[in-house]
Amino acid sequence: MKFGFSATVATLDSVVTNVQLLGDCWLVSIILKYYIPQKESYWYILIVSLGLSALTLVNAKFILTGALSNQHQYLTFLSNSWPIRLGINFLLVCCMMVLTVLWYRVEEVQEDHKRKADTERLSREAELYKLRHQLQPHFLFNSLNSISALVGSRPELARKMIQQLSDFLRGTLKKDDQQWVSLSEELLNLELYLEIEKVRFGHRLSTAINVEEGSGNMKMPSMLLQPIVENAIKFGLYNTTEDITIRLLANSYENYLQIIIQNPFDGETSYPKQGTGFGLSSIQRRLYLIFSRADLLETRMDGNLFITTVKIPQLI
Amino acid sequence: MKAIIIDDEPLARSIVIEYLQSYPEIELAAECNDGFEGIKAIQQYQPDLIFLDIQMPKINGFEMLELLEPAPGVIFTTAYDEYAIKAFESHAVDYLLKPFSKDRFDKAIQKWLMTGNTRLEKTGTQSLLESAAQSPAQNQRVVVKIAGKIKIIQVEEIHFLEAADDYVKIHTKDGTYLKNKTMGYFEQVFNSQYFVRTHRSYIVNIQEITRIEPYEKESWVVILKSGAQVPVSKTGHAKLKTVLGL
Repeated sequence: MKFGFSATVATLDSVVTNVQLLGDCWLVSIILKYYIPQKESYWYILIVSLGLSALTLVNAKFILTGALSNQHQYLTFLSNSWPIRLGINFLLVCCMMVLTVLWYRVEEVQEDHKRKADTERLSREAELYKLRHQLQPHFLFNSLNSISALVGSRPELARKMIQQLSDFLRGTLKKDDQQWVSLSEELLNLELYLEIEKVRFGHRLSTAINVEEGSGNMKMPSMLLQPIVENAIKFGLYNTTEDITIRLLANSYENYLQIIIQNPFDGETSYPKQGTGFGLSSIQRRLYLIFSRADLLETRMDGNLFITTVKIPQLI
Repeated sequence: MKAIIIDDEPLARSIVIEYLQSYPEIELAAECNDGFEGIKAIQQYQPDLIFLDIQMPKINGFEMLELLEPAPGVIFTTAYDEYAIKAFESHAVDYLLKPFSKDRFDKAIQKWLMTGNTRLEKTGTQSLLESAAQSPAQNQRVVVKIAGKIKIIQVEEIHFLEAADDYVKIHTKDGTYLKNKTMGYFEQVFNSQYFVRTHRSYIVNIQEITRIEPYEKESWVVILKSGAQVPVSKTGHAKLKTVLGL
């Protein structure tokens, strides 16, 4: 379409209009930086866009009328074309606003995600810390009671047990940097726990620990075995009055450190079920938090044996 | 006066024995390792007082008390059991938290002597046991006495419960057993996801149900895998429908 205006006139018109529109866009982005309309107030975008486009139109008309006062044909065109100019201005400003709002929204969402991820990571670490340091209060108070009994009759043994309990507690209080330990280290700590339990239950409790060659150096999360063995003792010892042996077998299996713990149980009075017992569910949870896998802990019953198997992936 | 100690840890028993030495009037009749031995000893010696641990092999202290009629005077000894402690506090029963001092032990004995070494009254025992029933072990199994023997019934083995005067009749595949509890007790203690009170006098294990049939106007029967038929009232029917997701 040709309107028959000179290039100067056309350029001037376009420069005046577009520079102002550019200014509008800048203005809009500044405004929105400080105030993002909420979902319900999109009318705000419409009103601001309409206001700015009208202002731009009036301004442009004023400037162009002043600058090109001798171009009568152009001025008529300018007067007649206001609806289309207003429309275009409005569309442009509106688009700009919507885009800016979207931009800020996306940024907000991203920040939100990051915050959420940070919170999740922190709570995961806190949960792991808590799970690792969880002690059954039962164990602690009963041990103290045993010490109290020994103080009167066999003070030497009482002192030894205080020593063992302290060493064990110290082990459970280790900081996060020692989250990973070798199987041998873990077994040392377990031994402390078992020594205490043996004082409590006397000759009734015996243990057989068998570590296959090469698996002693394999890595595992610390304080993982104690709750499992505690669970085994609970089912084995607390539910029978006979002597029991708890067996622990560790070997290397494919790329896993595999630890199998066996305890006898009395099917008449106890009914160990998969996942029950606080000890095992906390282990399941820890393994899940560390490895994102729910299949690393298995329990099964074989006759009157309750067998717990843990597999620790070796991350090399 | 005769006393019996029931605790599965030898050292825990030895401290009670040591503290008891300053009470020559209290004779130690027996030391027991678990609730089974406890019941036998109590029947044999008829003690005036028992020191009773809660967490023990085979059956716990509460389950043991349930089987005794009448229950002797009890001083509970426990290391840590929030449910039990709550129950003791609300029933003014004396309890010793391990490890306990000689002073605390003396106070418990004094209190028991002062109250005229009364046995726990039947109603007192009942309500104590009912409030202690919140503890996890209690909703996993039921301990009953049959022909002088103790039988532990896992809740999974229960087909349905039936009210029978002051007792509840427990139907399992091995037969029926009587327990002196109320229907309300079982309704409260058992997991309501699996046990539904279908009728004033019946609670059903929903895993045993094969089908539900109309019986009369506004009443139904459930047919169990064992073939037994259990009445269902109007409200019971509504409950069944929610639990089964119908």
